[in-house]
Amino acid sequence: MAERPRQIFRVEASIRTLAQRFLYLGLVGAAFALMLLGKADVLLVERVRAHVTDAVAPILDFASRPVASAKEMINEVQAMVALKSENDRLLQERARLLQWQAVARKLEAENKALKSLLNFKSGETTNFLSARVIADAGGAFAHSIVLNIGERDGVENGQAVVTGEGLVGRVAIVGSRSTRVLLVTDLNSRIPVLVESTRARAILAGNNSDQPKLIHLPPSARVPQGDRIITSGHAGVFPPGIPIGVVASVGDAGIAVQPFAKRNALEYIRVIHYGLDGVLSSPGREIPSKTGKPGIAR
Amino acid sequence: MKTAFWQRLDLWARQLTPFGLTLVLVILSVVPLHVPGFARVAPLLALMAVYHWSVFYPSLLPAYAVFAVGVLQDCLAGTALGVNAVVLLVAYGIVLSQRRFLVEKSFFVVWFGFAIVAALAMSVSWALVSVISVTLIDAEVLIFQYLLTLGVYPVMCWFFQRWQQAFLNTE
Repeated sequence: MAERPRQIFRVEASIRTLAQRFLYLGLVGAAFALMLLGKADVLLVERVRAHVTDAVAPILDFASRPVASAKEMINEVQAMVALKSENDRLLQERARLLQWQAVARKLEAENKALKSLLNFKSGETTNFLSARVIADAGGAFAHSIVLNIGERDGVENGQAVVTGEGLVGRVAIVGSRSTRVLLVTDLNSRIPVLVESTRARAILAGNNSDQPKLIHLPPSARVPQGDRIITSGHAGVFPPGIPIGVVASVGDAGIAVQPFAKRNALEYIRVIHYGLDGVLSSPGREIPSKTGKPGIAR
Repeated sequence: MKTAFWQRLDLWARQLTPFGLTLVLVILSVVPLHVPGFARVAPLLALMAVYHWSVFYPSLLPAYAVFAVGVLQDCLAGTALGVNAVVLLVAYGIVLSQRRFLVEKSFFVVWFGFAIVAALAMSVSWALVSVISVTLIDAEVLIFQYLLTLGVYPVMCWFFQRWQQAFLNTE
């Protein structure tokens, strides 16, 4: 009599382990299917990602605040300690900048006069949106940050993201209240740039290291070490002339660029609206404009 | 009747904490810490949590929960969707098949087991990301990340054990 329930129990247990094994294999298969889907339907996957990031954004916003204020406190203590030396340094810098100011004033006046002579039209006006960095993610595989503003604040795909120092990256995925920014160091980042002194055009390609590389330089181009790299404004996505970094090394491994913006120091950043749609406008936004104005390609 | 209901709810809430805690760790791991160079080598907190719970309480962290954790991590970290899901499921599968060598052993055995599982998991993620992006990803950073993850594990292990004592051992 005692044999039967034990047998039933054993059969039940083996069925359960079998089911669990199937579930496990099914889930691994589902994960691989997700990867394929990410390759096949980029837009769908990006939308899912934007929704998930949107959902977590308030938590991230909340969690990143104490860290930021702790960092501020440490900075303040450090500033107190270095008050005297900092003051000396600033006095020297001020003297130097006053000379620069005189030069800049002279050039500005000259520039204005020449522009009026030539009837020169300056480029598009730019607007800024300020935002806070609420997530810094990716490890060795992807370099991106998340901002606490989104579509409802007017962020659009492809806009340039800058700090006072220089270009940080471009807007890659826009949710309703969060924005993912692809940093210039990410493997997928390609930015049209100019070498400032020689005006040679190139593409700045991220490679998941701290120093992205210059590629597609014209064969004759000479790139001296220490030269500044700026955005070229080609492709109509970024305003021209945003500083990105300096040439750190020139060698067989390519030309490495050290960006001005430090990833760990990113806290408040600006999103530039340049007034151009460029090549990166998201298809989701094109639909209303197409139905509204048939025949006009934006 | 009423106390039974509240007791069941209490038990249910306690049993959900391993999964909840793992989700919280995923979210915390992307909070910017403003430490130079840290974001690139940030320790893999989610992997530690999945390892720990699958060694000690596999019934409280079923495979679909591991899958959900992986997908959330992919969404937040910006890696291709599915990569971390596969990596965490692989780690989970390895642990479950080798569990009898790990339970009720000294801490160092568990730590050593984690070292092996983490090495395998990171190799899998390196291979997957390299295939997806059609380039060989620089592995030097991964080694630092691996060492940091190993170094942080004892701290997290202590924390998880405290958590176990506080929330799970009262059954």
